Amino acid sequence: MSVELCFDQIRPPPECEELRRQVRTFIEEEVATGTFDPDRPSHGDSHNLAFSRRVGAKGWIGMTWPKKYGGHERSFLERHVVTEEFRVANAPVRLHFVADRQSGPILLKYAPEHVKMDILPRICRGEVCFVIGMSEPGAGSDLFAAKTKATKTNNGWLINGTKIWTSNAHIADYMIGLFRTSPPTKDNRRHGLTQFLVDMKTPGIKVNPIYQMTGQHDFNEVVFEDVLVSEDHMLGEIDGAWRQATSELAYERSGPERFLETFYVLVALVRALGPQPDRRSAEGLGRLVAQLHTLRRMSVSVAGMLQAGKEPVVEGSIVKDLGTAWEQKLPARVRELAAFIEPEATNRATLEQQLAFATMVAPKLTIQGGTTEVLRGIIARGLGLR
Amino acid sequence: MSESGNIIAETATRIFADLADPQAVNSAADGGWKEPLWRALAETGLTLAWVGEQHGGFGASLADGFDILRVTGRFAAPVPLAETLLAGWLLSRAEIASPAGAMSVAPARPSDRIAVNPDGTLSGHACGVRFAADSLHLAVLASGPSGPSVALVETKACNLDEGVSLSGDVLNIVTFDRTATVHAAPAAAGFDQTSLMLMGATIRSVETAGALEAALALTVRYANERIAFERPIGKFQAVQHNLARLAGEVAAAIAASESAADAIAHAETFDKAVFLEAASAKIRSAEAAQEGSAIAHQVHGAIGFTREHILHRYTLRLLDWRDDFGNESQWAAALGNMVAARGATEFWPLLASR
Repeated sequence: MSVELCFDQIRPPPECEELRRQVRTFIEEEVATGTFDPDRPSHGDSHNLAFSRRVGAKGWIGMTWPKKYGGHERSFLERHVVTEEFRVANAPVRLHFVADRQSGPILLKYAPEHVKMDILPRICRGEVCFVIGMSEPGAGSDLFAAKTKATKTNNGWLINGTKIWTSNAHIADYMIGLFRTSPPTKDNRRHGLTQFLVDMKTPGIKVNPIYQMTGQHDFNEVVFEDVLVSEDHMLGEIDGAWRQATSELAYERSGPERFLETFYVLVALVRALGPQPDRRSAEGLGRLVAQLHTLRRMSVSVAGMLQAGKEPVVEGSIVKDLGTAWEQKLPARVRELAAFIEPEATNRATLEQQLAFATMVAPKLTIQGGTTEVLRGIIARGLGLR
Repeated sequence: MSESGNIIAETATRIFADLADPQAVNSAADGGWKEPLWRALAETGLTLAWVGEQHGGFGASLADGFDILRVTGRFAAPVPLAETLLAGWLLSRAEIASPAGAMSVAPARPSDRIAVNPDGTLSGHACGVRFAADSLHLAVLASGPSGPSVALVETKACNLDEGVSLSGDVLNIVTFDRTATVHAAPAAAGFDQTSLMLMGATIRSVETAGALEAALALTVRYANERIAFERPIGKFQAVQHNLARLAGEVAAAIAASESAADAIAHAETFDKAVFLEAASAKIRSAEAAQEGSAIAHQVHGAIGFTREHILHRYTLRLLDWRDDFGNESQWAAALGNMVAARGATEFWPLLASR
């Protein structure tokens, strides 16, 4: 076998426990003052600039980045603690989350110094929202089919085309997008795409809302018409963005947000079942707890391995494949286990409201950020099958 | 894995590869390979790795012993190494020295009870005691008048049925009927049958992870070699996705079992945290055993269903081990009850504490 699956046993060091207490206290205060309601899962999917700024002021955005860019030089494990505590509380992190998870790290690696000095500290203060400009009407999972063009001119690059399913584009300050700078070559269809940083206020950008089946507005269509991007906003290697994408995967795919998205229904189930569940419910609950504990230990392990400078690409993809399948199935499992709870039982109403929301959200979980099918292809490649 | 764990695991791997190669064992006409294998394991101290030097053992750490068990899983050899390790460890809970030779452990099911009679003999029975008939001694946990008691018993002093498991391993119902002990002593404070089941469950989970790793390696190799429709079947997306799912199950078993082993290696007692870890490991690794063995067979097709092919050496033991030291349904009900009793607000903090 070409890959040996490895999950280093990582236990969060003492500083993580202190941090966890601080985050929980902060969340309690925010809930007390009415910023958000932890029993309203749709809140976790919303943005709140004032909240993001307070999180930034606490030093919980850009935690692992160098101090000179506004970061805090803390560990991936500490970032993991903050991410999971906010996620479990359904805190409104949408505004800063993508920038913190992946846009910032891309800029750190590929942006020129003056761009880093300009933007990274603002991300850390919770002031700017980033979006990922990848999917296009004719290029979803098949990312390398992207056609939106960046053409070299004397003043920089001129972008024309359309991105779609762009979450948060209607509130975003910047996009990091993948644009075609050359046609693909015969022997490498991944060739010819380049990453650019785009200021969403640039003339020529039009954002059209696409409403989702949950009633929420998250998706957008982003149309580019002669949008001028300066030379210093090109990120990394020209025509070689596909090489940059793979190393980001482990970061993007193994975090707690990849299995905790519907966690609230499990908490609601525990509340509705009460202290002495029947045996069927107890067994079902126990299995879910074991599966979740395992996923969490895998995710912590990947965070620890990243911290140690390893590249657990296959392990990271496995966490997302298993994790998203699990969080997707969770509402259905909880529904089954709740089937015989007395209609008048306390907390049943909350459970049902949350189940309704989770059931609607479930289909997207194995699509966003790399579909199950794409992930399994990556895992198969890691096993030496492709 | 620690440096000493590496050395011990390498030693175990070498011995098994030389003397219990799965293909050779599968084709062997009789059990003649067992004696040289056991002698090599015993001579290197692996059989009593968890027994302190003062009690005749090797004095390895818990972590190092779990590394040996991952290796025994990778070879799925039908010898009572895991059972002897656990027996030695159990006897040490009561400061009883371990004898030479193979041992097994009773009880091996959460619901079985063995009692100490007023005259010091034992009564009761234990189902599913793996390799009992192949063992000279049994390490027994029994309930005495003043709490749990550990005893060393000669196997020939007990009544055994002639059971075998799915995989053909010896698996006995052991009946104690005023059975005399060789030694008996009170277990360490706080140690009870649940503690023994948690340890046994973790051992089987670690072995399950090892056997799943081996099954994955076999299956990937087969998918790359077997040609159908003019190309290796591993080139077909449907097969690749099955293998990716298998890898996911293997990964879950590795992560869950290593986490539980690590938890036990660092815990003072068998507390709530160890309960969460060990129960989760047994539940999740048993689920992985079920899913994983099914996928491995599907990819292998007919050849994997033959006696001649070694796949069944892994898959049938994977399925076997689900029942040892509490099956996944029993542990799940216990874990669900624990979480429910603690209540919703304590649920996330419990998970996050690990």
